[in-house]
Amino acid sequence: MTGFDPFALAAAGLIAFGLYGFCVCGHPLRRLLAINLVGNGVFLALILIARRLPDGPDPVPHAMVLTGIVIAVSATAFGLALIRRQARPEDGGND
Amino acid sequence: MTEALPVLLVFVPFLAGLGQFVLGRAAPWCQQFVSGLNLILVLLLSSAVVHGDPVIADLGGWGEPLAIHLQADGLAALMLLLTAVLAVAVSLYAIPAFRDEPRPAWRFWTLWPLLLASLNALFLSRDLFNLYVTLELVTLGAIPLVLLAGPNKTVDAALRYLLFALLGSLVYLAGVALIYAQAGTLDLALLPAALPEGTLSGPLAAALIITGVLIKGAILPFHIWLPAAHGNAPAAVSAILSALVVKAAIYLLLRLWTGPLEPLVSNGAGQLLGALGATAILFGSWQAFRQSRLKLVVAYSTVAQLGYMLLFFPMAVTAAWQGAVYHGLAHGIAKAALFLAAGNILYYLGQDRLEALRGIDRPLAVSLLAFGLAGVSIMGLPPSGGFTAKWLLLSASLQTGQWWWTTVLIAGGLLAAGYIFRVLRLAFLQADDATAPHHGPVPGPLMAWTATALALLALALGLISAPLLDLLGEMPGGTS
Repeated sequence: MTGFDPFALAAAGLIAFGLYGFCVCGHPLRRLLAINLVGNGVFLALILIARRLPDGPDPVPHAMVLTGIVIAVSATAFGLALIRRQARPEDGGND
Repeated sequence: MTEALPVLLVFVPFLAGLGQFVLGRAAPWCQQFVSGLNLILVLLLSSAVVHGDPVIADLGGWGEPLAIHLQADGLAALMLLLTAVLAVAVSLYAIPAFRDEPRPAWRFWTLWPLLLASLNALFLSRDLFNLYVTLELVTLGAIPLVLLAGPNKTVDAALRYLLFALLGSLVYLAGVALIYAQAGTLDLALLPAALPEGTLSGPLAAALIITGVLIKGAILPFHIWLPAAHGNAPAAVSAILSALVVKAAIYLLLRLWTGPLEPLVSNGAGQLLGALGATAILFGSWQAFRQSRLKLVVAYSTVAQLGYMLLFFPMAVTAAWQGAVYHGLAHGIAKAALFLAAGNILYYLGQDRLEALRGIDRPLAVSLLAFGLAGVSIMGLPPSGGFTAKWLLLSASLQTGQWWWTTVLIAGGLLAAGYIFRVLRLAFLQADDATAPHHGPVPGPLMAWTATALALLALALGLISAPLLDLLGEMPGGTS
């Protein structure tokens, strides 16, 4: 884990951009996207952690990423439904 | 036999939730059965825990490093007990409360057992990643419940709640990733030994985990999503959210602080958390005093009351441990009673502006009784559960020589008395017009008496504290 690792830099960058976006953006859709950026950064970091074993990748972080992606997808879908309901209250209840 | 209890506690309400989605109109009666069964299972589990070691269920029998365990110790048993008692009361209350609602409100009977299962799973989890999954399940179960208030009323509040909760859990997950990178395990019992000392990323991981949980737990300065969500949800839902859902996050903080994070955290971090708690107590109580709507008063009171549980961290002795956990119990019961009573008032008046409360003492006498009795526990007057909790915290602050927390405890109690009596005063004033318009019928006995029963239980917690504190036991890893 020594030396320059472009993937680690990318993970840190995604998390930083996401947190910045969450703090700066006001619109809920942008905030939801920012949260997804943070999530991708965290998942990338977990995949990097899986590489640390000498003999092949560690399966536990991979399982964590897969579970995390499932949760992130469903939560994002729920958030998008809410944002749509907020933007067009008249057709609420049908989505 | 006892090993099956934790598994049943997760799967019975979970399958019931799925079943009730299919059952439709018969669901309210099915839910009474489920919450009753849940209470019996928790009582069996507590009696097993109090007689000896923690009850551990080894799922799939995979053995130490790979296994997923469900574990019930004293702290988990107490939180399960609180959840089970509130589940019985809220499920009874919800029958009349949701009877006349339009069709979508019936989804309460599907979402509520799913949330119950997630809360049970959270209290029983023993590894960091399971805790992440159950935290997310609790959030995704709780937010749709907020939306049951009616078409488009609470969309903004629910959306803000969702965004903060998602951010909080990702920050928590980042901390878990760093912990795993160092220790190679996620099991709470194995972690303290597996963490290397003196690295920089250990405290960073601890800070991320604690920040994530603080966002989920609506601790100042992350409280901004709470009042709108808790203040606008249906009364039964507000009671669940305030008494259980945010408390689950603080539970997690107590559990992790005394377990895997113990070698990573410093005294300064404890003082910082204590300062956050003290600010939450003073700011939340002051805001509660300034609100003009009844349910917002109760919601800001939650912001304040959660702060008391954070006073454990700077002191970290057994008295503070027992005080913080007991405060969680007493506040859970009393706050549920307050929200149910406020819900009755809202049901009768059709609105909950404080000026409209004049002259409701006659028609809503029982609900006001519940509000007043629960208020006694929130203020921390003897002989209530709130008093016992504050007394324990007070003696911890004197025992550790940190007298400044005593002033916070006393000031918080006085401010709580201020906002409770402000509501009661208005309720007992003469109405200008004796035939003031009201919106709904007087709430039935089931709605009025479930709130009162909870309020009486909050008082009784002051008298039955000894067996419950025995069940909790000493602070894990503590010295005094």
